[in-house]
Amino acid sequence: VFVNQFLFLAAVLFCIGVYGVVARKNAVLMLMSTELILNSVNINLLAFAMRNGSTDGHTFALYIIAVAAAEVGVGLGLVLLVYRNKKSISVDELSEMRG
Amino acid sequence: MNILAAESEVLAPLATGWFMDNAWLIPVVPTVAFALIILIGKRLPMKGSELGVFSMVISLVLSAGTAYQWIQRVNGTSEGQFVSPVVRSWSWWQSGGFDFGIGQHVDGLSVVVLFVVAFISTLVQVYSLEYLRGDRRYTHFFAALTLFSGGMLAMVLADNMILFLLGWEIMGLCSFILIGHWWEEDANSRAALKAFFTLRTGDMGLLVGISMLYFAANDWTQANLGLSGFSIRGISAWALSGEPNSSVITIAAVALFIASIGKSGQFPLHTWLPDAMAGPTPVSSLLHSSTMVVAGVFLVARLYPVFFVGLDILGSGGNLIVIIGGITIVISAALAFVQDDIKRVLAYSTVSQLGYMMLGLGAGAWLPAVFHIFTHAFFKACLFLGAGSISHSASHHSFDMKKDMGGLRKVMPITFATWIVSTLALCGVFPFSGFFSKDEIIDNVGHNGYNTFMIIGLVGAFMTAAYMTRATYLTFFGEPRGASAGHAAHSHDPHGASAPHDSHAAHVSHGATGPHESGLLITVPLIILSVLALGSGFLNATPFGESWERMKLWVEPRASVVIADSYPGGPGESLKLASGAVPAEESHSKSVCGSATPEKGVCYAPQLNHAPFKWSKALISLLIVLAGMAISWVLSILVFTERDPRVAGLTSRIKVLGLGHKFLVDKYYLDHLYENVVVRSVAYPISQAAYWFNQNVLDGVLHTVARFAKRLSAWVYKNIDQRVVDTTVNNSAVLTKSVGTAAQPTQSGRVSQYGALLFSAAAIAALVLVIINT
Repeated sequence: VFVNQFLFLAAVLFCIGVYGVVARKNAVLMLMSTELILNSVNINLLAFAMRNGSTDGHTFALYIIAVAAAEVGVGLGLVLLVYRNKKSISVDELSEMRG
Repeated sequence: MNILAAESEVLAPLATGWFMDNAWLIPVVPTVAFALIILIGKRLPMKGSELGVFSMVISLVLSAGTAYQWIQRVNGTSEGQFVSPVVRSWSWWQSGGFDFGIGQHVDGLSVVVLFVVAFISTLVQVYSLEYLRGDRRYTHFFAALTLFSGGMLAMVLADNMILFLLGWEIMGLCSFILIGHWWEEDANSRAALKAFFTLRTGDMGLLVGISMLYFAANDWTQANLGLSGFSIRGISAWALSGEPNSSVITIAAVALFIASIGKSGQFPLHTWLPDAMAGPTPVSSLLHSSTMVVAGVFLVARLYPVFFVGLDILGSGGNLIVIIGGITIVISAALAFVQDDIKRVLAYSTVSQLGYMMLGLGAGAWLPAVFHIFTHAFFKACLFLGAGSISHSASHHSFDMKKDMGGLRKVMPITFATWIVSTLALCGVFPFSGFFSKDEIIDNVGHNGYNTFMIIGLVGAFMTAAYMTRATYLTFFGEPRGASAGHAAHSHDPHGASAPHDSHAAHVSHGATGPHESGLLITVPLIILSVLALGSGFLNATPFGESWERMKLWVEPRASVVIADSYPGGPGESLKLASGAVPAEESHSKSVCGSATPEKGVCYAPQLNHAPFKWSKALISLLIVLAGMAISWVLSILVFTERDPRVAGLTSRIKVLGLGHKFLVDKYYLDHLYENVVVRSVAYPISQAAYWFNQNVLDGVLHTVARFAKRLSAWVYKNIDQRVVDTTVNNSAVLTKSVGTAAQPTQSGRVSQYGALLFSAAAIAALVLVIINT
């Protein structure tokens, strides 16, 4: 019944997340934006789970939260290493992969 | 409601207790100790041996408690009342409708064997502390020894045949490990393999027998007792119920007996037992007294109803068990005369004594046979440990009586005294324990109508007395020879390849000191065992009347019909159980178990009768034993010390005797038969055929394929590889290069740009999906 509102909220969060990933230079902020994207997906899953009256969505959401936690751990580790090498966490500095 | 449930209601007043209810802990403790020794043994201060000894002590305490409570339970019953065993079982695993259980079955038989096994194992472990000190695989030795005892205890306590098989096979595996403990010597690893394969031959019979019994008995046991067809209790009741098809139960009994032949070293599968002497002496002692070889006898005693009905034990004429037992007694006793190795003499004497047990079981003398297991365990363990003590401290790890022993009675007084006590017990001299058990077997065999076999038993007693006197003379009397005379190091090496002897490297210290008495860790077990070899017979001293027959009261299962009467009472039918013997007023005798089909109810044990003890009969066998000793003593002096020309070297002068001697030395050529004829005729053609198949068929196919493949590949190289493939590869490389150049600008190295590309691609894909779906 109220699914649309949830989906709208999720879409807004998703867009904010995409904006953060594309436009921000700070690596930590990019990671946070990634979290926003993941959580918008979670909201979608829960919304549909509510509509279908099943718990499958909840299960998925729990898994995603666990995976996201691991992903942040790895991501922050990378940021830390980048900082040690470059004394900066701006992603613009990281362009050694230019073709 | 079935008979079993009703029975436990009525029988509830029977005394029970913690030890009996938790008897399943007895095998669990050593098994856990085994795992601990393997995992952390090497890091412990005593290299894991303390765990082994400790676990065996716990098992011994638990077994003693169980035995005590069982005696309480039996004493609380009236005469002839059925004493139900303490059975507990759990589901182990279920598969395809089969329910494999795990559990305990505590009754007189299991209690007595449990106690013996735990007791001997404890002493052997203590003895091994000293005997194997400094051995290179000390920890593993104790691990295997502990698991070995655990396997035997599990088998003895098993409530169903699957668990029984498990314990049985654990022992088979551990005996392989222990016999081959010093596997660097070729002879030892061969002996281990021989034991393993010979036992496997017999084990096939066990598998066949168990499966046959299951499929034959399961329906009946499920319907009447609510037990699975693997349950020992169920099988026993089924066998005596008059239900079983006679040919099925006969074949099953024969199959099971083949397993017993293998395990208990009966003719014709006895050949592995003397070779098993290759293991360290404590192993031989454990293997030959209470565990392993007794397992086969225990199987027959445990499933006695099956053998009783299947082989018609109280019927007229011989049956398989008495025939095999009788043959084994005589042939192995004859072999013991020509052995120079002291442990081999004892090994053949074990085979012969196991023959007595089988003879007793086959002739319906169940209790004397079980009692012989009990007494034999003590004196045989004592003899083996005594032999180990001699080799450890006097003869520099040699077991050769003729080369390295003699005159040891003065330097090893304790070993000598214990040896003499055990020898007298083994020979069956009054009042040592062997008299009460062996004489009972011989007496009952005759009483039950097997007169020929009674004479064989007496002949066996004569031979036992004679060869044990010969061994005693060679070891303890006469002139010291070889290592015992002090010049140790030289006599040791030359025969190292031929004569099996314990040669562990760390022990060189007492080569210089000459023969001496062993340390306390060795002599104390010897003394304990010899006291029991003297005294254990009084537990069932038939000559002194009924009140001395404790073993009969405690161990022998009461052959009484356990009845379930059905009477109309309320909704459905319920069962009333009248336990105890059928009242005497009824027309048939006190019990019908085994002799006729019980009209209602079940029997768990057949009715057996006991020969009344007569001094006249006992005196005859005592005289025979003493005659054997005297003749052998005189001959030993004449042959080995005096070198009297009339008797010494007879075998080399008279051809017939020489041939007979050679026949015995070559062990009736049974080893040749097995290795050169049976194994060769099976294995040799197979390897021949495999070689031919390999050369002609496989290689032919291979060569043809190879030639074809060579030609094909030449063509492929010229036409396909050079023309088609290479062109394609070159062209695709050119294409890749141009595409790469074109796409280069997108590889900016900037993460944000990659992200933007990713998301726009995702957005486009989402749009496409939406358009397609609408």
